[in-house]
Amino acid sequence: MTEPHDPRGNLVRPYAVTRGRTEPIRDIPIEAVLVAGSAAVQEARFAGHDKYRIALLCEPKAQSLAELAALTRLPLGVARVLVADMVADGLLTLHSAAPRTGFSERMDLLGRVLGGLRKL
Amino acid sequence: MDFASSDRAATQPTEITSAKIVIAGGFGVGKTTLVGAVSEIEPLTTEAVMTSAGAGIDDASKVPGKATTTVAMDFGRITMADDLILYLFGTPGQTRFWFMWDELIRGAVGAAVLVDTRRLTDAFAPLDYFENRHLPYLVAVNCFDDAPRYEPEEVREALAIPAHVPLLMCDARHRDSVKAVLIGVVEHAMATLVAEHEKGHPAPVG
Repeated sequence: MTEPHDPRGNLVRPYAVTRGRTEPIRDIPIEAVLVAGSAAVQEARFAGHDKYRIALLCEPKAQSLAELAALTRLPLGVARVLVADMVADGLLTLHSAAPRTGFSERMDLLGRVLGGLRKL
Repeated sequence: MDFASSDRAATQPTEITSAKIVIAGGFGVGKTTLVGAVSEIEPLTTEAVMTSAGAGIDDASKVPGKATTTVAMDFGRITMADDLILYLFGTPGQTRFWFMWDELIRGAVGAAVLVDTRRLTDAFAPLDYFENRHLPYLVAVNCFDDAPRYEPEEVREALAIPAHVPLLMCDARHRDSVKAVLIGVVEHAMATLVAEHEKGHPAPVG
C-alpha cells in the first residue's frame, strides 16, 4: 500500500495515528535514546505501520526521540506518544538523558562530554 | 554462549547516556550552519505541532488541509562513545515559538546564544530568556564576512551581557571554531556547577 504524495502535506490529522491521544503515558526527553532488539522488531511488525518504522530505525543504532520524529516525519508530540507506548510494551529500551541532580554525576558527565568534544 | 547471537542489541552497551547543548539566537543567525559544522549527520528537522498556543493566532481555515501550525527545530548528533551521545538543538528562530524553548532547555548541559553583529537587536530577546533561566550559557558572536568587526568588549557593552557570561567570537561554518564554542559551553557549565556546589546550593538544570 503506497501513500500518494500530496504536495499540500499530510492530510491525516497529526494525532489520528495515536487514536487522538495527545499525552504520552510517560514523559520522554527529546534527546533520550531508544534501542530495539531484533526480536522486538519482529514483534513490532504487528504493532502498526508507524511503530514498525520506529522499531526498524532503532535496531541498527540508538536513536533519540527527536531523530525518530524527524526520520519518520511525525510531529514530535505524536512520536512521543507512540514511543512511550512501545517502551511500555517492551518493544523499545529507553536509555537515560543526562543526570539533572547530583554534583559528582553531573561533573562526570560534563567531563566526558568535554573529553569527547576535544577529540573531535 | 547465547549472548553472541544475532540480536544486535546484545552488542549495545547496557546504558547509553545522551546529553544536549542548545544553540539559541535570532532567525538567520547561523544556528543550523553551526550545528552542521560538527554534526555527524546532516542536521535533521523535528516538527512540533502547535495546538492551543496557536489558537487565535493562526487561522487554520484559510489553509485547506492544514489544521495546525508546526514549529521546526534543527538538530545534529555527535556520537562520542558507544555509551555517550551529544545532541545539538537549534531553537526555533521566530519569537512567537518560545514556549518550545522551555522543553528544549530542560536537562540541557548548557547553551550558546549566537549573535550576528549586523542585527544586534535580534539578540536581546534570546539573552533576556537565558538571563531568567537557570542554565549556564555563553554568547558566541558569529563573524559573518560582510559584518562590521567589533571588539568582544564592544559587543558585551552593546548587549549589556553580564560579566559572568563568557563571550567569544566564532565562525559558525568552521568545525574548529564551533568546537571551541561547544568546549566553552561545557567548561562554563562545569565552572558554574562547581561554584554552586561550593556555595552549597546546587540547583537542577533547566
